[in-house]
Amino acid sequence: MKKFAALVALLVVGACSATQPPAGPAPTTQLVVFAAASLNTTFASLGTQFEAAHPGVKVTFSFDGSAALVDQLKAGAPADVFASADKANMDKATSAGLMAGAPSLFTTNVLTLIVPAGNPAKITGLDASLDGKKLVVCADGVPCGTATKKLAGLLGVTLKPVSEETKVTDVRTKVESGQADAGIVYVTDAKASGDKVKTIAISGADKVRNDYVIGATKDSKQAALAAAFIELVKGPDGQKVLAAAGFGA
Amino acid sequence: MIRPSLPRWVLVPAGAAVLFLAVPLLAMLVRVPWVALPTLLASPAAVDALWLSLRTCALTTVLSVVLGLPLALVLSRSRGRWAVVGRTLATVPMVLPPVVAGLALLVALGRRAPLGGWLAAHGVDLAFTTGAVVVAQTFVAMPYLVVAVEGALRSASDEYGVAAATLGAGPTTVLRRVTLPLVAPAVASGAALAFARALGEFGATLTFAGSLQGTTRTLPLEIYLQREVDTDTAIALSVVLIVLAAVLVAGTARFTKRPWSET
Repeated sequence: MKKFAALVALLVVGACSATQPPAGPAPTTQLVVFAAASLNTTFASLGTQFEAAHPGVKVTFSFDGSAALVDQLKAGAPADVFASADKANMDKATSAGLMAGAPSLFTTNVLTLIVPAGNPAKITGLDASLDGKKLVVCADGVPCGTATKKLAGLLGVTLKPVSEETKVTDVRTKVESGQADAGIVYVTDAKASGDKVKTIAISGADKVRNDYVIGATKDSKQAALAAAFIELVKGPDGQKVLAAAGFGA
Repeated sequence: MIRPSLPRWVLVPAGAAVLFLAVPLLAMLVRVPWVALPTLLASPAAVDALWLSLRTCALTTVLSVVLGLPLALVLSRSRGRWAVVGRTLATVPMVLPPVVAGLALLVALGRRAPLGGWLAAHGVDLAFTTGAVVVAQTFVAMPYLVVAVEGALRSASDEYGVAAATLGAGPTTVLRRVTLPLVAPAVASGAALAFARALGEFGATLTFAGSLQGTTRTLPLEIYLQREVDTDTAIALSVVLIVLAAVLVAGTARFTKRPWSET
């Protein structure tokens, strides 16, 4: 519904600008944004906002794992903005000389425990209730897995997962389907799952924060637009959308 | 056998086809970190993944022959509507996107599914076990054996079998002494194809079995993980997979050569 409203707004804006003296539609400029998969819904809605504020500009997104996006950038994929779910992957892009200037932090994400709706295995937290139960986490090496390992270390708990997934969404779907008894995901994933899962907050989760960083690429031919998009993300409107999805908690 | 000669121009698109298929594979060989290769492949994670893949694929191949060969025999003698239904069911997993196969297995055999729940209640909990990997692999690999063997059975002549039966051999004897030896090359090549397909199985395993070193993380899943972590290891493991697949397919070509038809 929100998207629909935004679309209507966009059409109205478009219609208004078309009635203005310089006849004919403005030439379309494309702004390509590479963003971490976890930013999918929030960035899509910010893209719509951006297009509404910049007639004649079309924002195109490519959502994937941050590491995969860096690989694509290295291989010469054309992008104007890159938003990474962690500093490590942004550092890879920066040290490869792909970014213009220093990227900046725009939000954070923390981990949480989720269980299927109804909590069939009666999990109470990162404690003895997990013994012998099917816990699914992210694999060490991918951002959410590295964070999980660090958090477990800091909290002094030993996790015995039955599966270590490459993508956080694979953890989420395994809990949603009830295949797993519990999973460790980001707060934003838990929120996106809605009532398919029950969230059990991990006390001390804020000790490990994933920093989301954004920057313009060096090869961008739309430097001004890229900067404007980054401003939108970091500004009050962007932060509002991100907070609504659970970011920066 | 005398065959009409082909027009020369066919060589041009045929050459393009070879390049199209070979260039990505050769590019991989160029990109391989050859010096570091032994170290990369000797890591415990890589060894576990390779060993798990070989074990599960061997089991999958055995299951595919034990279940798929009888199915191929029945299908090859079937006519009419039910034969079409059976043949379709037996081949659909071949063309399904792997993730779809995984989802299908999940809604049938998952812990919350009727059949999976019933199995779990009787002490067979497949979730996140090596057994789930074998189930996923067999689901996508067995059709290759069925199709290969059924095709061979249909094109094989029935006259030897009929002669044996006329001379008093029972159905089991005819099957064992005449029919199976006739299609043995097809069974071998079908088994090799099933093994190769199982080796490459990824989507169904990821969706249905999970990913844990030594238990469910087969070679393709390890490559998928390493792609996010360390591209060099991912490429090194990919080369192992390419070589294994090439050996299996080349072996298949040997089996399918029929000496008596080359006159």
